[in-house]
Amino acid sequence: MRGLFLVLAFLLSLTPAFAVQPGEQLADPALEARARALSKNLRCMVCQNESIDESNAPLAKDLRILVRERIQAGDSDAAVREFLVARYGEFVLLEPRLRSRTLLLWGIPLLVLVIGGTALAISLSRRRQTHPKALSTAEKKRLDVLLRTNKKS
Amino acid sequence: MIAELSHYALVLAFVLALVQTFVPVWGAARNDTTLMAVGEPVAFAGLGFVAFAFFGLMALYVGSDFSVANVYENSHSAMALVYKFTAVWGNHEGSMLLWVFVLAIFSALVALFGRHLPDRLRANVLGVEGAIAAAFLLFILATSNPFLRLDPAPAEGRDLNPILQDLGLAIHPPLLYLGYVGFSIAFAFAVAALIEGKIDAAWARWVRPWTLTAWIFLTLGISMGSYWAYYELGWGGFWFWDPVENASVMPWLAGTALLHSAVVMEKRDALKVWTILLAILTFSLSLLGTFLVRSGVLTSVHAFATDPTRGVFILIILVLFIGGSLVLFAVRGAELKQGGIFAPVSREGALVINNLLLTTAAATVLTGTLYPLALEALTADKISVGPPFFNRSLGPLFLLLLALMPFGPLLAWKRGDAYGAAQRLTYAAGAALIVAALVLYSTQGGPLLAMAGLLAGVFAVTGALTELADRVALFREPLAASFARAKGLPRSAWGTSIAHAGIGISLIGVVAETGWSEERIASLKPGENVSIAGFELLYKGIDERTGPNWRAEVGHFDVRVGGVTVATLDPAKRVYLARNQPTTEAGIKTFGLGQLYVSLGDSEAGGAISARIYWKPYVTLIWLGTIVMALGGMLSLSDRRLRVGAPRPAARRAAATPAE
Repeated sequence: MRGLFLVLAFLLSLTPAFAVQPGEQLADPALEARARALSKNLRCMVCQNESIDESNAPLAKDLRILVRERIQAGDSDAAVREFLVARYGEFVLLEPRLRSRTLLLWGIPLLVLVIGGTALAISLSRRRQTHPKALSTAEKKRLDVLLRTNKKS
Repeated sequence: MIAELSHYALVLAFVLALVQTFVPVWGAARNDTTLMAVGEPVAFAGLGFVAFAFFGLMALYVGSDFSVANVYENSHSAMALVYKFTAVWGNHEGSMLLWVFVLAIFSALVALFGRHLPDRLRANVLGVEGAIAAAFLLFILATSNPFLRLDPAPAEGRDLNPILQDLGLAIHPPLLYLGYVGFSIAFAFAVAALIEGKIDAAWARWVRPWTLTAWIFLTLGISMGSYWAYYELGWGGFWFWDPVENASVMPWLAGTALLHSAVVMEKRDALKVWTILLAILTFSLSLLGTFLVRSGVLTSVHAFATDPTRGVFILIILVLFIGGSLVLFAVRGAELKQGGIFAPVSREGALVINNLLLTTAAATVLTGTLYPLALEALTADKISVGPPFFNRSLGPLFLLLLALMPFGPLLAWKRGDAYGAAQRLTYAAGAALIVAALVLYSTQGGPLLAMAGLLAGVFAVTGALTELADRVALFREPLAASFARAKGLPRSAWGTSIAHAGIGISLIGVVAETGWSEERIASLKPGENVSIAGFELLYKGIDERTGPNWRAEVGHFDVRVGGVTVATLDPAKRVYLARNQPTTEAGIKTFGLGQLYVSLGDSEAGGAISARIYWKPYVTLIWLGTIVMALGGMLSLSDRRLRVGAPRPAARRAAATPAE
């Protein structure tokens, strides 16, 4: 059943439609700008990595209208997102919220930077402390010979 | 007949790849020059057979032989001829064949230009290249054979995916694969060095040109892909952080880091272990990208689970090569001696920071791409990681990278003078501030990140120019003397500055596009006007056009400035008949560095049509910048000291000739 739904959704997404359509737009430019900004971060769930703002799929159109309805009803941006998450799950958000399960995701850049930086600092300072070994007597003699011959020439 | 012969050629190529894997390496282990010398002719022959198979498939496409399943599924007799050539790699099987073909080319190039390499190193490098080729040839033969026949043969093909029926397909995948696969050489050199347990500056001198070559191709490949998506997909975006794009950008980030760490290794004999590790990681990310794109795991974890043969096969290849090389690294890496000591503030130090930031960026992209897959597999929790995540996490990293970039080349090796470098960059920073202030004034503000990006971008360009001006002593000496110095400057120095300016140019384009684009979404009847960014667009109407395998509705717009028509735009909506699949063909016109972009939507009641109209200021800089980067790379590559297969220094050759 679910497979059938996906197939249908895929087929429907192929019928020519259009991302945001003129008729969908809100009259108030401030509200419309909010709707656009919100839709850019909401996923069209039947598409591959497209926001509802970009997608031609009928589902995306429904969501765009839904978002505008909520905004006109006076919802804040956060409330609109909350509403959609309650309905469709976290999957609908293109920017995952910081939760225990996404902690690692958001933490990775900082983690790599800090751990990498520390490891670097340690290895560099350790390397800088190792002094080159003193010359052995044989080496010293050879150096003397070399220096003397150099002076002569 | 061609199909069977090509199939057979692939089998022979596989056998040869096995020979190339084992014989030279065995020879190197036993120090047997005869066995080691087997590598070269086998690499050439392998290329011959893979080329035969590749061009065989091409011949089948051009001849529209629909008895071959692959041709039937991805071609159509009415398709334009050029797409019959490019359709060869517009599908899974054919693109894997292209992958292996490129690998065989690189193998043969190593054999050709590697004459001056120490015997054992060359033998081991060819062995590793052979092993990769063998693995992927087996993959093709076992799971993705493009030469399977259909019986009875269908009369007509099912056509190539319309989105792929574009010149972009002729350019983008070959460039991308030349980049991806080109990194296999750095990988092979790294593994060969680990096998021998010996690595020196000469090694870096060998690896750098190959890495640079791969990097140039990958840079251009990614950039072409971006422009293709921009004009073909019809909503004017140039980068989507799609997993497939991420798969190509990860090796690019790691490869860029490798390019820089190899410099330290060549010049200062330091960072050896790290460079080896980066070489392994870069190609591993290429392999990972191939796995992600080719296994179907990206479409959905379920698609992968229902037909896992291909995915599991590539996964095994992945584990063998990445795991094997990392184990080898763990065992032998410590034996590599560390060289050159340097102060934190020095050219080396700057390149280390570059590596840290680029590696962090690569790790971030990797995490963002794989996290949803891993989370779903482990907890059945579905999340999306989309563009907002990548912009927010990578934005600051790149700003930092670009802001620090101009300092690097101004610092001396071993111990640099940060204050002196900052002093020399005063004018560059001042220029960046002035440009940012002017833009701020003329646009009445903009997003904060955009302003920071603009600053960093301009600073990268002016900083790169400062470095050049500094080296030729511009304005400190008479112009003629500066000119003479400029001529004497090594090409690699020019290359560095130009490539650094290139990334700054790209960033300026990105910032301008995201921060200051204008957009109109309108429903238009013939005779109606839309005004955008000082242009008047007059919609004149729509008519029908038919192509060989498509039908199109073409809209006509006059672009006017002050009542004078300066251009016409003809955006179209096409329907490809065989698959009944629509595509949009945006109408694009370049004015200066910006572009006017019109994309058609649905027809509405009463003869109106909906249209999206964009003005994208400076958008072309995004791609021009990448071309500048690639040019910088090419200049650097043409430097005598780095040229692929550079001959031995003249002095040594003279010494080798007997006295007369």
